[in-house]
Amino acid sequence: MANHEFVLQMKHISKEFPGVKALDDVTLQVRPGTVHALMGENGAGKSTLMKCLFGIYKPDAGEIIVNGEKVNIENPRDALNHRISMIHQELNPIPYRSVMENLWVGRIPTKRIGFLKFVDHKKMLQDSLQLFEDLEMDMDPQAIVGNLSVSKVQMIEIAKAVSFNSQIIVMDEPTSSLTSNEVEQLFQIIRKLKSRGVAIIYISHKMEEILQISDEVTIMRDGKRIGTWPASELTTDIIISRMVGRDLSQRFPERTNTPGEVLLRVEELTSASPHSFQNISFELRKGEILGIGGLVGAQRTELVESLFGLRKIKSGKIFIRDKEVQIHSPVDAKKNKMALLTEERRATGIFPMLSVLENTTIANQASYEKSYFLLDDKKRINDTNESINKLKVKTPSYKTAIQNLSGGNQQKVLLARWLLIEPEILLLDEPTRGIDVGAKFEIYTLIVELAKQGKGIIMISSEMPELLGMSDRIMVMSDGKLSGILESYEATEEKIMKLATKYMV
Amino acid sequence: MKQLDAKKIQNFFVQNAIYIVLIALIVGIALYDSNFISIITLRDILLQSSTRIIIALGAAFVLITGGVDLSAGRVVGLTAVLSASMLQLDGYSRKFFPDLPSLPLWLPILLAILAGLIIGFINGFVVAKLSVPPFIATLGSMVAVYGLNSIYFDLPPNNSQPIGGLRSDFSELGTGAIGSGPYSIPYVVIIAIIIAVIVWVIFNKTRFGKNMYAIGGNVQAAKVSGINVALNLIIIYAIAGALYGLGGVLEAARTGGATNNYGNMYELDAIAACVVGGVSTSGGVGTVAGVVTGVLIFSVINYGLTFIGVNPYWQLIIKGLIIVVAVAFDIRKYLAKK
Repeated sequence: MANHEFVLQMKHISKEFPGVKALDDVTLQVRPGTVHALMGENGAGKSTLMKCLFGIYKPDAGEIIVNGEKVNIENPRDALNHRISMIHQELNPIPYRSVMENLWVGRIPTKRIGFLKFVDHKKMLQDSLQLFEDLEMDMDPQAIVGNLSVSKVQMIEIAKAVSFNSQIIVMDEPTSSLTSNEVEQLFQIIRKLKSRGVAIIYISHKMEEILQISDEVTIMRDGKRIGTWPASELTTDIIISRMVGRDLSQRFPERTNTPGEVLLRVEELTSASPHSFQNISFELRKGEILGIGGLVGAQRTELVESLFGLRKIKSGKIFIRDKEVQIHSPVDAKKNKMALLTEERRATGIFPMLSVLENTTIANQASYEKSYFLLDDKKRINDTNESINKLKVKTPSYKTAIQNLSGGNQQKVLLARWLLIEPEILLLDEPTRGIDVGAKFEIYTLIVELAKQGKGIIMISSEMPELLGMSDRIMVMSDGKLSGILESYEATEEKIMKLATKYMV
Repeated sequence: MKQLDAKKIQNFFVQNAIYIVLIALIVGIALYDSNFISIITLRDILLQSSTRIIIALGAAFVLITGGVDLSAGRVVGLTAVLSASMLQLDGYSRKFFPDLPSLPLWLPILLAILAGLIIGFINGFVVAKLSVPPFIATLGSMVAVYGLNSIYFDLPPNNSQPIGGLRSDFSELGTGAIGSGPYSIPYVVIIAIIIAVIVWVIFNKTRFGKNMYAIGGNVQAAKVSGINVALNLIIIYAIAGALYGLGGVLEAARTGGATNNYGNMYELDAIAACVVGGVSTSGGVGTVAGVVTGVLIFSVINYGLTFIGVNPYWQLIIKGLIIVVAVAFDIRKYLAKK
């Protein structure tokens, strides 16, 4: 192998999605035998850049150079052929098959008997045992993956990435579900790989980890590369300020709402799921916009979905206007005048094939029922047309299937759906995700208008400027715990980021 | 401008493909033998279609939620046997219940429909509350209901003999008509039309119908919107079961008897008619007009191809082709949009 200064160079990579410039002229250079950390806020473009490297996305511009040679990576198989492997953020094991089948899937060893090829179970088992021994992992190759803990599954993914004998291994949040012992084990594996000349690109939000394991750090922000520095020159504070250091380029409407008396009080709320949120207490006032900040995995979605009855709660109390309420399902939540705009618009929001009319009125049907269970179509159409006008939904007519509208207009229809039940508490989970800038401003204006009308609004956002620009108070979660609540006048990106990483190991 | 018109025409054909197919079939057969177009033919086709329409509408309820109901045919068999067993002539030599007094006509019919409803309720409960996939849940009830029906059918003194000798008021229900001669309207046709209208109202004008489309369109979003998904599913399967029950009663009345093998494979005919009529097997889409047209297409094929003397085995091949081709076309409506 030729000696190059860099084993991997990604030069001037750009990638645009409809309405978003995800990567803007990003360059990343990785030296062999080093750990290169990639850092940035949610949505800074780290994962997108790695997906370009792995052939999952095709960059619009730029080139990828491996060992001094320009390469064309069309799909993950090409990437593996160039000896690049990746531990993905989302684990995708085949749950009902054994550990070793998961390890070697796609390249299972075979033996020939006559004309026929059969799986060579013996070799597969031996190879697996050898791999685990080499990595000093305690793992039974014949165990069924579905029975293992998430952290074990993550360790299998790590072993799999190593098993390709790659020269470059991308680790996207590899420690997100590992115990501290396992993290230490992973670091030992990384050191061993380094000594063999393997380059590792390490993506993580955990500052301590980064400073402990990495040699160089590249920081990204808003799809751009901010710079690359040796880890020894960095501290947690420097990294944070470089990750968030920007002025508010987006515009927000003036906040004319004034918070009033307490509307919702949550006391010591703990999820039924042991890996989710614990002991969350907070208050929401009438006419207040309460932002919830935090990193991926902070359990913010789980919290609001539990408030709405979509997930189970182990303990804790919820009070609305000082009266304790029991919310076990969205039906209960609706009775208590709550509304939820979910994070995944496509998966849990819209009915894609149904019309704007049906999508708008589905949550409010009780009020359209006349005698003999018949629906008042006139009123349904009136309400829909009124909503279309009020929220400025761009649609040819109320009969149009919602799947033919743009993301921003779909989101407005979903908002209209909930406004029809005249809610007092609105839970908005990433309300502007995947929406273009113009529609964003319209949705912000609407949110402020609703707060002004006296509604209590909880808004989860992973975009710092949005949190700062929209919230009266910002509640920050870290690893399922409440790490602090900031008043809007005292909140800064640095403070939020510090709170967001407070309970991360 | 011209292009726009061409697009409009194309759109019209895509949106109304099944109605065009039905008309084309009738025209094609009529061109071959002009005697096909007559009041008698039309009446026969409607008569043949009636019970199938009722059963297919039941199946449509479930398909629109994104499920499937394999129990339809066996429920038809059970309710045909149940109703026939209680509605035999006094003094008929091989009565199912020799000592049964003459019951009012509506009672056995109601009991049979109730039996269908209960089986549908169980299907719905297993699907909604135990989270068993609909295919499996209804496969289980399909097999079990046949067993149940066969045990009943085998009770002494019947001992698995075909049930016959039905009361005239009962068989009148299946074979009688308003008016007489070729211009008369059979009762079963009237019943099928009434059912189709009621189902149309449920689908289009009630909250329950909207919930059904919402559950089939996106079950997660339905949950988030505050729809009680489990309850709605149970009611939907129960209604479907009741419709199969009515279908079974009418089958017994129309044919003047019943055996435990009545209704065998009707579920597949019903599903075929639904999908040809534009009901999406992935849920959320389907209309009453489409389902009725789907049933009529198959009746026209059955009747028309026999009418012009096509080998029945060829008819099966043509039916099979139509199912696949119709869905391949229909699915384009939705594929194009993403």
